[in-house]
Amino acid sequence: MNAHVKDQTPLVEMEEISISFGGVHAVERASVDLYPGEVVALLGHNGAGKSTLIKILSGAYRRDSGVIRIRGEEAAIHNPRDAKAYGIETIYQTLALADNVDAAANLYLGRELLTPWGTLDDGAMEAKAREVMGRLNPRFQRFKDPVKALSGGQRQSVAIARAILFNARILIMDEPTAALGPQETAQVGELIKQLKSEGIGVFLISHDIHDVFHLADRVTVMKNGQVVGTGRVENLTKDEVLGMIILGKCPPGATPGPGAA
Amino acid sequence: MDQAEGRGADRPSASRLSPAARFFKATEIDTRFLGMIAALLIIWIGFDLLSGGRFLTARNLWNLSVQSASVAILATGMVLVIVTRNIDLSVGSLHGFLAMVMGVAQARYLPEILGFGHPAIWLLTLMAGVLLGALVGGLQGFLIAYLSIPAFIVTLGGLLVWRGAAWWVTSGQTVSPLDSRFILMGGGPRGAIGDTASWVLALLACAAILLLQAGSRRRRRRFGFPTRPVWAEALMAALGCGAILGAAAVANAYYWPAGTVRQWAAANNVTIPEGGLQISHGIAIPVLIALAAGVIMTFVARRTRFGRYVYAIGGNPEAAELAGVNTRWVTMKIFIIMGVLCAIAGAVASARLQSATNSQGTLDELLTIAAAVIGGTSLAGGAGTIAGALLGALLMQSLSSGMILLGLDAPLQNVVVGLVLVAAVWLDTLYKRRAG
Ligand SMILES: Nc1ncnc2c1ncn2[C@@H]1O[C@H](COP(=O)(O)OP(=O)(O)OP(=O)(O)O)[C@@H](O)[C@H]1O
Ligand SMILES: [Mg+2]
Repeated sequence: MNAHVKDQTPLVEMEEISISFGGVHAVERASVDLYPGEVVALLGHNGAGKSTLIKILSGAYRRDSGVIRIRGEEAAIHNPRDAKAYGIETIYQTLALADNVDAAANLYLGRELLTPWGTLDDGAMEAKAREVMGRLNPRFQRFKDPVKALSGGQRQSVAIARAILFNARILIMDEPTAALGPQETAQVGELIKQLKSEGIGVFLISHDIHDVFHLADRVTVMKNGQVVGTGRVENLTKDEVLGMIILGKCPPGATPGPGAA
Repeated sequence: MDQAEGRGADRPSASRLSPAARFFKATEIDTRFLGMIAALLIIWIGFDLLSGGRFLTARNLWNLSVQSASVAILATGMVLVIVTRNIDLSVGSLHGFLAMVMGVAQARYLPEILGFGHPAIWLLTLMAGVLLGALVGGLQGFLIAYLSIPAFIVTLGGLLVWRGAAWWVTSGQTVSPLDSRFILMGGGPRGAIGDTASWVLALLACAAILLLQAGSRRRRRRFGFPTRPVWAEALMAALGCGAILGAAAVANAYYWPAGTVRQWAAANNVTIPEGGLQISHGIAIPVLIALAAGVIMTFVARRTRFGRYVYAIGGNPEAAELAGVNTRWVTMKIFIIMGVLCAIAGAVASARLQSATNSQGTLDELLTIAAAVIGGTSLAGGAGTIAGALLGALLMQSLSSGMILLGLDAPLQNVVVGLVLVAAVWLDTLYKRRAG
C-alpha cells in the first residue's frame, strides 16, 4: 500500500466541484483526488452527494463549477463518451443496464464487436462475456436471457463485468456489492485488489465500514453535499469515521474539508 | 465448484420441462409469432367459410398482398419508432404529401425537362421523394431528439401540417395519369414479375434460409455454444421454404384477365390458342418492395450497431446514454428512416391507384401503429419484431378485405377493426403475464 507518494501526479483531481438541481446544492465545492493503484472510499449518509459527485466524473452530469484534472491535465468531460475516452469506467448504483437485451449485449453496449462486414459479432461478444463473467460469477450461465430475467446479484455481476472489460484506468464503483452474496462479495474484493496491483485507481462508494477499512487506502467523507474530511485509513478508527459521517466532525487524523463542523 | 452443479444452479433442467416446452426450446420458435400465424389462418378460413369459398382464392390472396403493401412498408419503420418509446402520427399525412410531390414531379416537371415517357422519370421521381422524406423525417426527428419535444406532439403537428401541405401542392387537384413505369410499383398485371421469375426468386429465398441457418450453426460451433438439434433445424428449414414456395405457387396461380391477355397478344403479335392463353401474374412488385423493406429492416434491427442501440434505448434510455450511446442521434436517424419509408409507401400507394390525391393515406398512421402493435411491438418500448409487424399489416388488411367481400358496411368494418385491435393487445398482455 505504498501508492500515494506525495510528488507523484494524481490520476484524478476533482477540485471545488459544485452542482445543484433546482435549489438543492447536491454537491458544493467538493474536492477529491485519486492516485494510481489506490482505492479511495467515498462515505456519507444517504443523500450526501456521493453518487452525484462521481456522476460528474463519469460524464452523466455536467458540473456547475469546478475543475477536473486527469493525470495533471484539465479534462473536458461533457458526456459519458468523453469519460470513457479518458479510461474512466463506472458501475452505477442503479446498475444502468438495458433490461431487454442479454448480458453480452450489455457488456458491449456502445462498444460492440463487429465482423469484417461491419455487422454485430454476437458470437465473439458472447464468448468474451462468458470468459469475463466466469471470473466474477462462475455459476452464471444465463447468457441468452434478457438481463431483466436475472437476479439482483447476477445483474450486479454484469455491471461489474462491463466496467472491467475495457482496460479501465480509473474505476468508479457505486455500492458495487449491495446485492451480492458473501462469496461474490469476496470475489469483488479480490478483484479490487488485483486491479490495484495493475495500477488502476478506484473510487469506491460503500456503506459497509468494515469493507472500506479492508479495501481502501484513504477515505473521503461527505455530508450534505460537502466534504467533511479526507484521511488515510491507518490514521483513523472506525468510530472516528462514523463520527465524520454522522456528526460531520473531522478527527485529527484527517484533513478537514469545507463541510467539517 | 463442480461444473455440472454450477450449470444446474442457473438453469431449469431439461427434464423438468413439458414435452411442448421442450419442443419450443429446441426449435426456438417464438410462440407469440406462432399465435399470430394461427390467428391469421383462423381469420382466413373463417372468411372463406362465410363467403362460400371466395376468400381463399389466388385472386383474392394476391390482391390482399398488394393492398397490404403500403401499410406493411410503414410498419417496418414504426416498429423502431415504438421500440424507442416514441410514436409517429404523421406517417399517413406524410406519405400522402410525398405522393403528391412525386405525382407532380413525374406528371408535370420531369416530362417538361426530359420529355414525356422518358425511362428515367420514375427513378428520379422516387429519388426525389425519398430525399424529401428523409429531410422531413429528419426535421421531425431533430425536434424530438435534440429539442426534447415529445414525439406525440411533433408528429401530431406533422399530421396536420403534411396533410395541409398535400393539398397545397396542387391546390387540391388530383394528379394523373402517372408515369407508366412508376405505376408498376403499384401492382396490376404488368406490375408483377411473372411465373418464372417468381419461382427463381422463391428458390433463391429458400437457398438463403438454408445458408443463414448453416452459417449460424457454424458460428455457434466455432465458439463452442450449444446448437439446435438437427431435427429442429430441418423442421424450421422445411417450414420456411414451404411457406415461401407456397406463396409463390399462389401468386402464380392467379392469371391475367382475358382482356389484358388480348391486349398483350395484339401488341406482341401472338395468336391466342384454342381455350385461351394463361399468363401468371406471379409475385407483385409492391409485395416485393414490402418484403425487401422487411428483410432490410430486420437486418438493420438485428445485425447492426444502430439496431442494437434502438432496442437498448427502448429498454432503458438512461442506461444507453450512460453506456456512451448517442441516443439523440439514434432517435433522429429512426425518424429519417421513417421518412424514407413514407416516400416508398407513398409511391406504392399512388402507383396502385394510378393517381395521387391529397387525401391519400388518411388514417394510415393508425393502421400502421395497429399493425406494429398487433405484431407484438410493445408500446412500453424495448420489444418488437419487423416480421411481426408485417404479419400484423397482413392481418389488418385481411380483416378489411374479408368484410368488404362479405358486404359489411364501412362503419361496421371500423367497429370490428377497433375491437380486434383492443382484443389483440389484451391477449398479448395476458400472454406476457404468463410468459413473464
Ligand atoms: N437528478 C437529480 N435531480 C434532482 N435532485 C437530485 C438528482 N440527483 C441527486 N439529487 C439530490 O442530490 C442529493 C445527493 O444525492 P446523491 O444521489 O448524490 O446521494 P448519495 O450520497 O449517493 O446517497 P445514497 O447513499 O442514498 O446513494 C440528494 O438530496 C438528491 O435528492
Ligand atoms: Mg448514491
